[in-house]
Amino acid sequence: MMSFFDSFKVPARARTGLAGFGFAIVALMMLSAILAPWIAPYPVDYIDITRQLEGPSAAHWLGTDENGADVLTLLLYGARVAAIVGSVTVVACAFTGIFLGSISGYFGGWVDEALMRLTEILMAFPGILLAILIIFVTQEPSLLAVIGALSVTGWSGYARLVRGQVLVEREREYVEAARALGFPKGRIIFREIVPNILAPVIVQATFGVAGAILAEASLSFLGLGPQDSPSWGALLDQGASYFLLTPHLAIFPGVAIMITVLGINFLGDGLRDWLDPRAIQKT
Amino acid sequence: MGRFLLRRLFSSLFVVFGVVTLVFFAVRAAPGDPVASILGEQALEIDKQALRDCLRLDEPMAKQYALFWGDVVDGTFGELCDERGATVMDKLVDAIPPTMELALASLLVAMLLALPLGILASTRPYSWVDNGSAFVALLGISIPNFWLGPMLLILFSLTLKALPNPGAAVTGLSALILPAITLGTALSGKLMRMTRSSMLEVLGQDYIRTAKAKGLPNVRVVIKHAFRNAMVPVVTVLGLQFGALLSGAIIVEKVFARPGLGTLLLDGIEGRNYMIVQGCVLFIAFTYVLVNLITDLLYGAVDPRIRYE
Repeated sequence: MMSFFDSFKVPARARTGLAGFGFAIVALMMLSAILAPWIAPYPVDYIDITRQLEGPSAAHWLGTDENGADVLTLLLYGARVAAIVGSVTVVACAFTGIFLGSISGYFGGWVDEALMRLTEILMAFPGILLAILIIFVTQEPSLLAVIGALSVTGWSGYARLVRGQVLVEREREYVEAARALGFPKGRIIFREIVPNILAPVIVQATFGVAGAILAEASLSFLGLGPQDSPSWGALLDQGASYFLLTPHLAIFPGVAIMITVLGINFLGDGLRDWLDPRAIQKT
Repeated sequence: MGRFLLRRLFSSLFVVFGVVTLVFFAVRAAPGDPVASILGEQALEIDKQALRDCLRLDEPMAKQYALFWGDVVDGTFGELCDERGATVMDKLVDAIPPTMELALASLLVAMLLALPLGILASTRPYSWVDNGSAFVALLGISIPNFWLGPMLLILFSLTLKALPNPGAAVTGLSALILPAITLGTALSGKLMRMTRSSMLEVLGQDYIRTAKAKGLPNVRVVIKHAFRNAMVPVVTVLGLQFGALLSGAIIVEKVFARPGLGTLLLDGIEGRNYMIVQGCVLFIAFTYVLVNLITDLLYGAVDPRIRYE
């Protein structure tokens, strides 16, 4: 797993500060997602055709798009799409990954073999390639389709991580004790082992939120994102066609994506320090 | 080595088998009638039937699957339905060179940026060089390439007028610079951090101290003794990231209106051309599997200490 600071001696207080900064960004983004209808200066479907493609002004802080819609309003609503895609995708992937990965690691044998080969096949599709194919096939680029497509491909990383951890953990004494006590296998796996291996999964899931937001934005930029709601990637795509005229349309959605991803990465690094201190001792 | 090679080859073949099967079923699992979605509801019955025959939709599933394998094995990836006699491979052959050119140029950009900075950072850990390079890496990873591209265009082509505005009839090397920087930046961040941490690990080993104690110049120790051994994890990252490069190329090609696999894929999606879409997806996945296989086999060449089994 990548970390920007794992090999880079930032004083403890600064690291906590960066993590706090990341948390603040994420909290701000969640707030704008939840409160979008109340804090947005205009309704989401508001357009003023007399003021198309205008730069930032007092009435429209971040300018207007080619239909005369307020860019700030669209960005605030776009935070909803990012928040939903980021969180739902990661929860779906992490749960599937924990479930299949722990079974794979605990039982071994043909179950393990089959599941690991399946993850290898899924991982042969780099980046958003399989998601592109799935959305193309289902023909309805909705929010749900995007989340589904990203989840189908995204769980394999979690499964492999969890499997590796379970392989180590199942030899430990407390697991043997649980076995000796005659606990059923399901309880040993999910109540004894899984709680002990959650730390790296949570850290990976945090970075996964950033990954899912970027993936959604990429799909939207390619015209394969949710068509039913304003997404940052789609805004950037529209903006890119006008950037000769008005660069602000392309700049602001990109800044929104970048700051969010940056914030989540800071937060992920902080969480890692806190939850999984072994990970940073290597270098 | 022989046994490892065989096992590695076998597992790659298995993944290829899985990829083909997955793509076959994913495309056929489409809800609704693909013919209606391609031609529209109002199309003539005779056209619909012709397309149905061409896509072999009336055959039993098992026969379709076997024929699909036939298309993959003979290297054509199937015949196109809208162009008589042309195969998907004909289209791919035109699209591959520009994408490979872009991928290799990006790789070059990433390495030129990442290796010197990573090595420099590792020789002066926690200095301003190190912190500065960490910051650059962080930016590289967080900036989406579909945003960096337009920003570079605004800066260099419009404001500074230093580079041509792509999309116009510009060919040659200068039309490659901005796309390669766009695509290479994200990779260089990861590569830089990997180079640095791998170098730090190697620089702490005894044989480096011995080399220094012998009085060898520092540059020689760092480059010749340490860097060669630090390359192994770096090569791994390169191999794994080549896939990201291929899928990133889809986006960068759109940003810069460049021809290539990504443009072919997006045009295929736009025109609902199933053959083209599945051909592109298969080809990209195959390439990625092949690159990973080569990477694994390269380990032994880069670091002879690695013994398989």
